[in-house]
Amino acid sequence: MAEPYKIVIGLEVHVQLLTKTKLFCGCRNQFGLPPNTATCPVCLGLPGSLPVMNRTAFQLALRAALALNCQMASFTKWDRKQYYYPDLPKNYQISQYDLPFSAEGWLEINIHPDPKKGHTPKRVGIIRAHLEEDAGKLLHDESGRGGDSRVDLNRTGTPLLEIVSKPEMNSAEEAVAYLEEIRLLMRELGVSDCEMQEGSLRCDANVNLHIPRSDEPHGYAATPLVEIKNLNSFRSVGRAIRYEAERQFSAFQNDPQNYRIGRLLKTTAGWDDARGRTEVQRHKEEAADYRYFPDPDLVPVTVSPEQIDAVRREMGELPSQQRVRLQTQYGLSPYDANVLTAKGRPMVAYFEAVATILNDGKQASHRISDLVFPALSERNEEMESFPIRATEFAGFIQATATLSKQDRVDLFTHMLEQGVNVAAAMEATGLKPATFDEATLRAAVIAAIGNNPKAVADYQSGKTAAANRIKGEVLKANKGAPNDLVQRLLEEELAKQ
Amino acid sequence: MSLSPEQVRKVAALARLELSPDQLTVMAGQLNRILDFVDQLQQVDTTGVEPMAHPIPVENVFREDAPRESLPTGEALANAPNRGGNFFAVPAVFSDE
Repeated sequence: MAEPYKIVIGLEVHVQLLTKTKLFCGCRNQFGLPPNTATCPVCLGLPGSLPVMNRTAFQLALRAALALNCQMASFTKWDRKQYYYPDLPKNYQISQYDLPFSAEGWLEINIHPDPKKGHTPKRVGIIRAHLEEDAGKLLHDESGRGGDSRVDLNRTGTPLLEIVSKPEMNSAEEAVAYLEEIRLLMRELGVSDCEMQEGSLRCDANVNLHIPRSDEPHGYAATPLVEIKNLNSFRSVGRAIRYEAERQFSAFQNDPQNYRIGRLLKTTAGWDDARGRTEVQRHKEEAADYRYFPDPDLVPVTVSPEQIDAVRREMGELPSQQRVRLQTQYGLSPYDANVLTAKGRPMVAYFEAVATILNDGKQASHRISDLVFPALSERNEEMESFPIRATEFAGFIQATATLSKQDRVDLFTHMLEQGVNVAAAMEATGLKPATFDEATLRAAVIAAIGNNPKAVADYQSGKTAAANRIKGEVLKANKGAPNDLVQRLLEEELAKQ
Repeated sequence: MSLSPEQVRKVAALARLELSPDQLTVMAGQLNRILDFVDQLQQVDTTGVEPMAHPIPVENVFREDAPRESLPTGEALANAPNRGGNFFAVPAVFSDE
């Protein structure tokens, strides 16, 4: 720990679920629709309307909570959280208070100082995950003349999963790693697309410091809790936490007696990304009074162990399991397994197909990162639409085995740019493996046999592996010669000895 | 059980209600009668009775995730006190609720 304090971070993450419709009504759940075109009496909170729970939203939430290793409640209900704000037309949000559908989970993250080189697992505890509805969108007048704010209620009532971590992260890097793992998990499970820019992944960070002091009862002094909002990118999460930690440390040094948790209440601060600083928005004078009570419009939900098993079966392989399997099944390094996993399931499927054809996981992984990764980012393309499919790529690797790395890159680029196969690309660029006729190679084999009487003797005494020494000499002198042809010629010539 | 005027004022503030001193007195009286009634209910011995989450014994009511027609924008905005284009317009508010 380089700093003279320990940062303590808890994250509150909201992910928007990938349903077709809202949580309690049939209005579309879709980003970017024209304002106020996806509303109805239920999500507008008009009198007499009745919310009914979206089955898919509940299933997705179950799947997410299981993947977060949560305990599932057998009985869960929904509550009204009352507050007044223009983006909340009912004046209450339907959420879960005392009986969330899941609690007490954990998520494993990699906290190795160089995540490219190693893997040091850390489990971050999850306090709870619950299902709730989103509010609308408020657009403030930017003219500075204090004009009206405008309200778009398309988002009102769309399904959110709130995931509350324990305060168990101790650096900005750990917080970002946790968010990255949540995003990967939710995407792989089809729970959410987790686009921070579009608001389908949102994050608030609770931050304070433990400052070692030998004269304190616990051996440290704790600063008051600050909740940072307006974090719009992974980068700003990291920057905001680093800034806030330094700010709290200097506030503590200025007033070590009073800048303490318990002396000051929790503060809300907004992150100003342009200025690179947190701005205190509000000092909470008392705990918010939301007057929760059970929503009488919604009936409780019970979940049986059989249902949980069924959801678990549908879940498929989790990223954490996949990383381990890629290492054991294909002999990949932890780093290569992490990189492939982070690229998502389509990339992993591509890799597995290539590795199976080549019968060589490491080679498949290295060639994919040399050729496919840069091509995808260059072309700004997703794996699903990449024109060179796994079988063709594996064929390309086999056909170019003897070429230099640069020639291979040039050929691959030509194939992609011209939309041609490897044979046509070799013809057009002239980048092709040297060709060997059988008579020349046979002469080389005979010469090598003559040069290695000891190997020939060993071979004849039953040590067949000795033939490899002769073959090695032939291949060294004839770079790129086809291995199977040389092998056949060698066996024929050795038989004549 | 009796609510203090201060507690009544707080509940009114949370509900965004502005009450005159006279109204406050009336409301305090009415609220206290409701609370007295609840006090009376609390005398019932509920030992061993499961807490009730919903008055009717129904569970697991779901609908399928199938889109339905939304309201035309004009109708959605029909009751808005103010409109700005296709938006509801409200006095500028700055808070982070």
